[in-house]
Amino acid sequence: MTEVSLVRHIAARPAIVFEALVTAEGIGSWWGPDDCPVISAVADPQVGGSFLVRFRTADGLEHECTGEFLEIERPVRVVMSWRWIVGGMIDERGKVSRLEICLRPIDTGTELTLVHARLSNEHSGRGHEGGWDGALRKLIRRFPASLEVSST
Amino acid sequence: MVNYREERLDRVFAALSDPTRRAVLTRLARARALSITSLAEPFDIKLPAVMKHLDVLAETGLIRRTKTGRTVHVEIAAGSLKPAVLWLQRYERFWSGSLDRLTAYAEAKERKAAETAP
Repeated sequence: MTEVSLVRHIAARPAIVFEALVTAEGIGSWWGPDDCPVISAVADPQVGGSFLVRFRTADGLEHECTGEFLEIERPVRVVMSWRWIVGGMIDERGKVSRLEICLRPIDTGTELTLVHARLSNEHSGRGHEGGWDGALRKLIRRFPASLEVSST
Repeated sequence: MVNYREERLDRVFAALSDPTRRAVLTRLARARALSITSLAEPFDIKLPAVMKHLDVLAETGLIRRTKTGRTVHVEIAAGSLKPAVLWLQRYERFWSGSLDRLTAYAEAKERKAAETAP
């Protein structure tokens, strides 16, 4: 098990950011990592309502993910279940994870905290107590060359 | 999105699942290249056992062994951990890219709202 946690400062008020998180129009504008289009987005932003997003990544592959809104606290917090239906990360297929986004008003707009949790992680779960995740990161910091593209 | 090779990743993570092998890599990370004798020195195990661990690391492509005369030097293979790190960071990259776009979208909305406000 592992989780991803990211924090961003956005120069927009929480209410505007929140709408972007839960409405089909909002989701359709930003979901997916590349400048490739969201092909379709449907969202029913109420507890128990579902969302369905189909998007294309720069490698030309199409991905589709879906989930349910588990908790909605306008305009500060939304929790969704999440799973891939098409494409996505192959090792995550069929598994459900949890996406939580919290918004906090700050002087310049909004501080957004995204936590994608309960990601299954078979590699790291393979019988290692401390989690080599941290160990590997430490190693990388000490030896950045191991990240360079090998010349051989 | 799935542009890593599963099999190779399995081997890298299996290699990293052993504390001695991680310690070997950490030592190499600090020292660059070490002879096998000096590499084995701090470990509380016999040389043949160390050699076995080195075999695993070399087969996985994580280290490289070079022979100079009678001495074998060991070093970390450049770039060898990159696929594992990319795999670890795949969701981070996914969300980080998405949040860049969310930020641009919300900030444009905010500007629009501010303009139309009385």
